[in-house]
Amino acid sequence: MHEMGLALEIIDIATASIPADLAGTRVERINLTVGKLSAVVPESLRFCFQVASRETAVEGAELHIEEVPVVARCKQCRHEWTIDEPVFRCPACDATTIEVVSGRELDIRSIELEDKEEKGQ
Amino acid sequence: MPFSLFRTVIRRHHDHGRPHHHPHDHSHEDHETVRSGAGREIKVVRRVLDANDRMAQANRRLFAAHNIFVLNVMSSPGSGKTTVLMRTLGQLMPDLRCAVIVGDICSTLDADRLSVSGAPVVQVNTDEFGGDCHLAAHVIERAAAELPLDDLDVLIVENVGNLVCPAEFDIGEDRRVVILSTTEGEEKPIKYPLMFRLCQATLLNKIDLLPYLDYDRQLALRNIRQIQPDMSIFELSAKTGEGFDPWIAWLRSQIAAKRGTAKG
Repeated sequence: MHEMGLALEIIDIATASIPADLAGTRVERINLTVGKLSAVVPESLRFCFQVASRETAVEGAELHIEEVPVVARCKQCRHEWTIDEPVFRCPACDATTIEVVSGRELDIRSIELEDKEEKGQ
Repeated sequence: MPFSLFRTVIRRHHDHGRPHHHPHDHSHEDHETVRSGAGREIKVVRRVLDANDRMAQANRRLFAAHNIFVLNVMSSPGSGKTTVLMRTLGQLMPDLRCAVIVGDICSTLDADRLSVSGAPVVQVNTDEFGGDCHLAAHVIERAAAELPLDDLDVLIVENVGNLVCPAEFDIGEDRRVVILSTTEGEEKPIKYPLMFRLCQATLLNKIDLLPYLDYDRQLALRNIRQIQPDMSIFELSAKTGEGFDPWIAWLRSQIAAKRGTAKG
């Protein structure tokens, strides 16, 4: 539902990340990591990006989304595990003081630009 | 193996170690002509919500400078947010100077109701911001500019009715509260884990309806604690006022912890 806002942020960040000497180069891919605990629907994000990126420097870029599992660590016994079900309690010692180590990511890792030299030479 | 939040995944443009679906074919001769070692991949490593997070921190500094406690109240539509806030304001306002920012996609109906309390109310209609389903930090910044910050102790933000999106957006608040009502079903915390994971308190509203509902109260409480074992839970009825005392006591303790001594 808020994917349009996220798509606009992605367009801004990716556009600003194109080095000045490569301005005008087509952006082929934008690599994202999205944690499974984040409230993002990848399909909606792709759709919004496709619509919102028209006539921008990143038009036509593919959004490559790597989903990151929810991993938690127990603060008591240091046990670390992947949360597949919505239970935030240590399966080893039953403690409730746990920290979520990963799963909340919503990051742009990199952008990939078209290699003009490949074609031009 | 430890799973770091900040692990770096660098994908090279011509990385053959993963399946890829390029629309065009590269021959390996092409590959050889690539001179730049980086393969034209530009490392970025930024949070998509970076701009919002920075604005939220700026809000936090602004509110701290004015010694204002900020509460972000979230829930699905129809859980009773506005009624809960009316009663909450009534119990805080004799001695604390409160204001409300209320977000809706459109209309000023909630602001009209809340202004009866005597608190300054700023209605934000997100249709100006693209019909957003949440209040973002920059919207709070603009709304706060409408308020007499020097004359406030507490700012309550009634977020847009939605259990999904507001959870992702830090607005610079001190505490987050989610309202769940007995007419919504017991499984909401399981369906919307991020929201319940990030809140410090849950208000289970509309307990006056329990005699008429097929509602498993214990299951609802178990589900909340399954997501957030440390959650402070208050079962109450905004309609009758039942159960409000512990909630108001908790809220006052949070306000006092943030503000220390009252401003002179």
